[in-house]
Amino acid sequence: MTAKLCLLAAASLLIGTAAAAGGPTDPQIAHIAYTAGNIDIDAARLALKKSKTPAVREFASEMVRDHEAVNQKALALVKKLHVTPEQNATSEGLTKHAAESRTKLEKLHGKAFDKAYAANEVAYHKTVNGALKTTLIPSADNGELKSLLETGLTLFSEHQKHAEHLSASLK
Amino acid sequence: MRGHVALGLVAALLLSPPAAAAPRTHVVVIDKMKFGSLPADLKAGDTIVWENRDIFRHTATAKDGSFNVDLVAGKKGSTLLRNPGAIAFSCKYHPGMRGVLQVAK
Repeated sequence: MTAKLCLLAAASLLIGTAAAAGGPTDPQIAHIAYTAGNIDIDAARLALKKSKTPAVREFASEMVRDHEAVNQKALALVKKLHVTPEQNATSEGLTKHAAESRTKLEKLHGKAFDKAYAANEVAYHKTVNGALKTTLIPSADNGELKSLLETGLTLFSEHQKHAEHLSASLK
Repeated sequence: MRGHVALGLVAALLLSPPAAAAPRTHVVVIDKMKFGSLPADLKAGDTIVWENRDIFRHTATAKDGSFNVDLVAGKKGSTLLRNPGAIAFSCKYHPGMRGVLQVAK
């Protein structure tokens, strides 16, 4: 029994140290992933408001639909796991950067808007996918969270390809 | 007389051509941005039931235009395989999700 307790204590110390020394914790990862999804939904809603180009509108609708689905699943998961998403420097940075991009996009119209939105989507999905691959997925502790992030990475890689095609078609 | 009838029946059974295998229904599950394993023994006349267990909307869209099943999360849809051949398909929303159905005669 004592041995078991010792093992448990050692395990929790290791996990704690790993979280403190290395990547983000699960509550932080949840916040980053949810924020990243919301940012893309907001950008897509702006595109649906401003663009009349069918290919752009189709892409934006797909972004709203897919990212809302991931975020709903993420919310259900954190509730189930009793995890409270925790704001952190990464999610704050994402939000700040998104606000700047939005200000720029709002000033554009027509073809200029379409091009800037598509280019922004390529860059944004690249950044998020890079973070998922190198930091978020390896750092995720809970199996279900890790699995959702992995599905997210497959989905966002599709979005990145779609955004690249869209961007190329608008030149 | 009875013996003759019985013999006649046996002969008729033996002479009649073998019945064609009844068409079958196969399920392909879609989950976590992937089409699940595809049935290897498909024949023309069989039906595929596409079961979207994912949280996203997906389609199973044949490259040759022979079918296009659009499924919101949690829904099922079916495709009757009318003709033999190799039918490439993908999800039109997520084209990286794809496969090929091998349909025998």
